[in-house]
Amino acid sequence: MSAPSLAGRLPAPTHRRRKLSITTPVIYFVALVLVGLILVPVAYVILGGFRSNSEITVDPSGFPTTWQVGHYIDVLSSEVFWRELSNSAIAAVTTTFFVVGLGLMASFVLARYQFRGRGAIYGLFAAGLMFPIAVAITPLYILVRAFGLTNSLAGVIIPQIAFALPVTIIILVPFLQAIPNELQEAAEIDGCSRIGFFWRMVIPLSTPGVITVGILAFVASWNSYILPLFILNGEASYTIPLGVQAFASQYSVDTAKVLAFTSLSMLPALVFFSLFERRIVGGLTGAVKG
Amino acid sequence: MTSISESLRIAQAPRVDLTAGGDDAIASSPPRRQRSSGSIWRMRLEIAALAGPALVVFVVFVILPVGIAAYYGFFSWAGYGPATKFVGLQNYVTILQDNTFIEALKHNAMIAVLSLVIQGPIAIGLALLLNRKMRGQSVLRVLIFVPYVISEVVVGIGWSLMLQSHGAVNGFLESVGLGALKQDWLSNPSIAIWSLMLVITWKYIGFAVILFLAGLQGIPEELAEAAAIDGASYWQIQRNIVLPLLGPTIRIWAFLSIIGSFQLFDLVYIIWGQYVASTAGTSTMATYMVANGRNAGSYGYGNAVAVVMFLISLAIALLYQRFLLRRDADGAISGRKNS
Repeated sequence: MSAPSLAGRLPAPTHRRRKLSITTPVIYFVALVLVGLILVPVAYVILGGFRSNSEITVDPSGFPTTWQVGHYIDVLSSEVFWRELSNSAIAAVTTTFFVVGLGLMASFVLARYQFRGRGAIYGLFAAGLMFPIAVAITPLYILVRAFGLTNSLAGVIIPQIAFALPVTIIILVPFLQAIPNELQEAAEIDGCSRIGFFWRMVIPLSTPGVITVGILAFVASWNSYILPLFILNGEASYTIPLGVQAFASQYSVDTAKVLAFTSLSMLPALVFFSLFERRIVGGLTGAVKG
Repeated sequence: MTSISESLRIAQAPRVDLTAGGDDAIASSPPRRQRSSGSIWRMRLEIAALAGPALVVFVVFVILPVGIAAYYGFFSWAGYGPATKFVGLQNYVTILQDNTFIEALKHNAMIAVLSLVIQGPIAIGLALLLNRKMRGQSVLRVLIFVPYVISEVVVGIGWSLMLQSHGAVNGFLESVGLGALKQDWLSNPSIAIWSLMLVITWKYIGFAVILFLAGLQGIPEELAEAAAIDGASYWQIQRNIVLPLLGPTIRIWAFLSIIGSFQLFDLVYIIWGQYVASTAGTSTMATYMVANGRNAGSYGYGNAVAVVMFLISLAIALLYQRFLLRRDADGAISGRKNS
């Protein structure tokens, strides 16, 4: 029970009480350097979009002398960008919805039903952790083509769901096991079936875990590259990562425009993530607890 | 395989297990009761209806491709029509005799080792840092995860623009008077793999830190407090109490990192492209598979490479589990008898 209720909150460390005051500036300095190392490349991409190509050529590492919004406006007013954005959004939202739904249902069975073969099914899903999508991409393409799903978002979405299930189930099963049996017994006495218990108790109680797996599935889908690369070959069905790469090779001389396109394409995942960031550690804590 | 996930579950083995029956493979389920045969069928129906869809999707799209690859790996097949030209083990012989593949495999192994050696200590240090009370802690926690959220394509394009010979890195070195340090970061074969390591570290360190932070939170604070009362210094506490207890989490991370290193594709393919990667010394098995399989129109060969990658991953996973994860499953401190 402790896992879900603690989720999303980080207990303040209590050890090390105010001694060695010299170390404090050192820590803040390390933290500052760290922030710099993380942010400089991101800043380079975003700021580069505000510069002109001649500026970039003359001084590749400088700041914009005059802030030019032209490239950003070009990208934002292009039909291509919005089409790719909506393709990515459709793929990510659909993938997330089904990963969470199917994953929660399967995890409920694995966590709270006793039947022969339960361990085997759990082991099968866990084995999936060993095979990221890259290893299976060649045969996967053949399979998706046999289903007639190439060049359609469905051909990307369905395999993504399948490959997201192992992590989802491994994170969710401990969450559902942490729900006390007394709760289920009480619900049964009140005439609630197991399915009713699932709908009314399990789904609300597993929210922290669901948010974690949902974010992981959404971000993985939003950033997914190798699968769309194989499955989608018409520009009309391109998702953002393919679009960014196509744009980068098409406008390879127009560095500033490429940077503008690139920085706009990373915004949605960043916003989505920062909204839910606190929940991720909470959800993972649940997963690594027994 | 079960015990990999099991260890994930009990990555904090030392925690005292309060739930009864914690030694079951999947612990603490509702108590079994006597049921009529009708309710048993009802339960079976529920199991099938709830777990069925996930299982079908998973088996068809994750497990079945392994079989497909094994089948087509025995053929010389261009990808269209039925595969008729059976070549036996010829594809595998070609792969293992191809120096380009062996080189790629070496790069994979090097990336795997360097990732552990570089990311591990940095990530543990950062997790310890972020686990103490300090101003701006929550902001730092968000920031460190930012690179992990940005897509490989964006990271690849951004870094390749910065690292190219007229890029921002060389420009910066020039402007601060260190022009002598300018390099062909991407095309010089003796440097390119280090550039790749830089990008990989930047991109994936956040994931390691988040995992370690989650692990640190499971360590009871009473232990550190007790040690502090006994006069242990901060570093002694970290060294002798926190790190050993974080062991299981570290081993899980290392496993995921090694598997990821052997599957590396996106960053290399985006930064170097399929042809440059092998001359720059950054090609991986996956880029080799794509270049010599799909892009060359040899699907039979590509599938054979997939099988080789699959077997290598499997061997690594089994060895790792046998020698490292087992200890976790045995529950060193809690005295649980698992696995």
